Amino acid sequence: MSVIEISCLEVWREISNYVDDDVAPALRARMEAHFKSCAHCKAVLDGTKNVVKLVADGVEYEVPSGFSDRLYRKIKGK
Amino acid sequence: MIGAPKPRLDVSEAELIRRVCQGDKEAFYGLVGPYERAVYVAAVSILNNPADAEEVAQEAVLKAFTHLAEFRAEAKFSTWLIQITINEARLRLRKDRRHLYESVDEPRKDEEGDYSPKDFADWREIPSETLKRNELRNALKRALASLPLKYREVLILRDIQNLSIEETAEILGISEGNVKTRLLRARLQMRDALAPGIDGSWSTGKPEYKKVRPW
Repeated sequence: MSVIEISCLEVWREISNYVDDDVAPALRARMEAHFKSCAHCKAVLDGTKNVVKLVADGVEYEVPSGFSDRLYRKIKGK
Repeated sequence: MIGAPKPRLDVSEAELIRRVCQGDKEAFYGLVGPYERAVYVAAVSILNNPADAEEVAQEAVLKAFTHLAEFRAEAKFSTWLIQITINEARLRLRKDRRHLYESVDEPRKDEEGDYSPKDFADWREIPSETLKRNELRNALKRALASLPLKYREVLILRDIQNLSIEETAEILGISEGNVKTRLLRARLQMRDALAPGIDGSWSTGKPEYKKVRPW
């Protein structure tokens, strides 16, 4: 049974959900078929996956030292 | 981390809240302690300024303290606390003259249509070995700061704080569908913002970056 084709625009609309494994099986199959034949969309997919990983691992905000103490001093003063 | 499965503390959290409402300040330290980092991260990722973020974090926590009696015990305390933090951060952005050009309230017209990726170069590899950790972190923060606020908030809550779609929707007061749309745009814009570095000057050392355009 052939899979119904999907446009690149439709793929881009769903690509974030796809990365989160949050698309219905039929749509997932269409997207997977599309990624096999469309290098551009595959590149967008890989890039998006990378972004998610980078943002999760790499942003690393450091809480300023003494933050806790200063915070609790403020609460104490209330 | 706020999104990680936590031991069933709800009973003791409810108890802590009860005690705080009866005047026990020490109990409040115990209540807020697990979420200090999440509060700070929510503030600093919106404001991109540690000093402002600390002030906003303090204001948010104090607000939670003074309004604790209004908190409905059926809801999650962390959701409420982060909600307050984000609202305080937005207020700070409005006051800050530097951000007058950025709309905090209404989405710009060009944000309403589909977002088309600008660039199709394939950077399958994450060259974290070749990049200095600082370089990457700074580039990520710059890219994050370049996003419209509405997208930045969703990216922070979903991809940094690892909250669910449902919780993100609740914190921001928008539908789950809206969360997904904004997250899509946030991720695609981040990709476009980072691509020149990831595939160009960072990994190859060349100053020029060759974008791959569709057709």
